[in-house]
Amino acid sequence: MGRRMRGQVLLWSLQRISAAVLALCVIVHLATILWAVRGGLSAAEILGRTRGSEAWLAFYALFALAAGLHAAIGLRAIAAEWLGWRGRGADALWLAAGLATAVFGIRAAVGLYAA
Amino acid sequence: MEGTLTVKVARSEGPVEYQVPARANQTVLDVVSYIQRELEPGLAYRYACRVGMCGSCAMTVNGRPRWTCRTHVAKVARRGVLELAPLAHLPVLRDLVTDMAPFFEKWRKALGHFRPREAPEGEIPDFALIPPASPERQQADAGIECIGCGVCHAACDIVGWNPDYLGPAALNRAWTLVNDLRDGAGAERLAAVAGDAGCHACHSTQSCTAVCVKGLDPAAAIAGLKRRIFWQDPFGWGGG
Amino acid sequence: MIRPTRSHPAWIGFLVHRLSGLALALFLPVHFWALSRAIEGEAALDRFLAWTEDPLVKASEGVLVVLLAVHLAGGLRVMALEFLGWRARQKDLVAASFGFALAVGLLFALHVG
Ligand code: SF4
Ligand code: SF4
Ligand code: FES
Repeated sequence: MGRRMRGQVLLWSLQRISAAVLALCVIVHLATILWAVRGGLSAAEILGRTRGSEAWLAFYALFALAAGLHAAIGLRAIAAEWLGWRGRGADALWLAAGLATAVFGIRAAVGLYAA
Repeated sequence: MEGTLTVKVARSEGPVEYQVPARANQTVLDVVSYIQRELEPGLAYRYACRVGMCGSCAMTVNGRPRWTCRTHVAKVARRGVLELAPLAHLPVLRDLVTDMAPFFEKWRKALGHFRPREAPEGEIPDFALIPPASPERQQADAGIECIGCGVCHAACDIVGWNPDYLGPAALNRAWTLVNDLRDGAGAERLAAVAGDAGCHACHSTQSCTAVCVKGLDPAAAIAGLKRRIFWQDPFGWGGG
Repeated sequence: MIRPTRSHPAWIGFLVHRLSGLALALFLPVHFWALSRAIEGEAALDRFLAWTEDPLVKASEGVLVVLLAVHLAGGLRVMALEFLGWRARQKDLVAASFGFALAVGLLFALHVG
């Protein structure tokens, strides 16, 4: 395998590994949503759950990392097939977008923890 | 069956409509042959065996790729109308004839030919003993009946969106050989079919499986390739 | 008209998976931006939550929940094919994934009300 092809295999595997992580996270997330929306959402209620909780922080940080990568790799395939955006430049852009989204999400998770 | 069929043919010069007598047990290839013999001697189309073995007669029939020698008109005509076009995703040579060279080139790129396993150092090469009922052989047999007709390749959207994509037929062939214990090029073949032009481009839409004329399951074969590569070398580090 | 090569359950499943994924991927940065309000304190987050009480916003939340559920179930179906070789009942699995998303959507609608 050439280096470029190795990168493509790596991206595919990351997509599936992040998918497996996300499958678990999304089930927890959906359950939390369905539980939390009963009787309306309030900041006190949300923050009461997440503030100072290392478990929720770790969960949301992992969730955000997996979601950022998974979304970027998925968008990369769609852009290649439907818009013809291909090549190294596009790949670098998607990787950057994925990591930036993840960092953004982790920052929000830290906010929920520290608020 | 009596009456006439309206046959719209996407010829190189543009669409042309023909009226063809409808007959019982008529195949689409019969209809094309009738047009060429009786109405339009210049019509270009291709066939050889007429019995579903050679894979040369595939065309687009009412929007779907089919092997025309084994497709009955009664099954596919819509209100007495047949629309015929050349196979999708390949260059058209003339009328209903496509250039199959790019299709078989992908076959070659996927290492779609058998390469005998070398005998271990110092041993005399001998016949490999492979029980036909063994699971390994059955897995190889699952996809072996491919006739190279290009119907699945024409039905695959990913081939249309990414012309470099090797496509279901070549990958199904690669998976067949990967499972053949007598073959010695497994690792090289897995490397040849990996990546964005190979099995990892497939989105499991399973259109190939839905149309395969031999009832094969190329989508499952491609899933097998992905699975094999994932467990051997998920990050492309070259191990396994 | 939908092309004949696309009119089968697995292809519909693919399209739904792709479009739901696309929508979710575009929503993700917006979601994180909204959450980062929490950093600004409880009052800011409450102001934002008050805005989401708008029926239109609630309805789009419901849509997002359904998209998430359908993308989850569709993804599990594809992984079952790729990693476990489940291919015999793909048609039923597509139907099951849509059913799952519908159920989650209904639960959301009931709980919100
Ligand atoms: S399953 Fe893969 S190879 Fe078959 S039609 Fe779909 S994308 Fe193409
Ligand atoms: S896999 Fe089926 S449809 Fe595809 S080329 Fe072979 S016989 Fe034809
Ligand atoms: S003519 Fe040989 S398969 Fe149809």
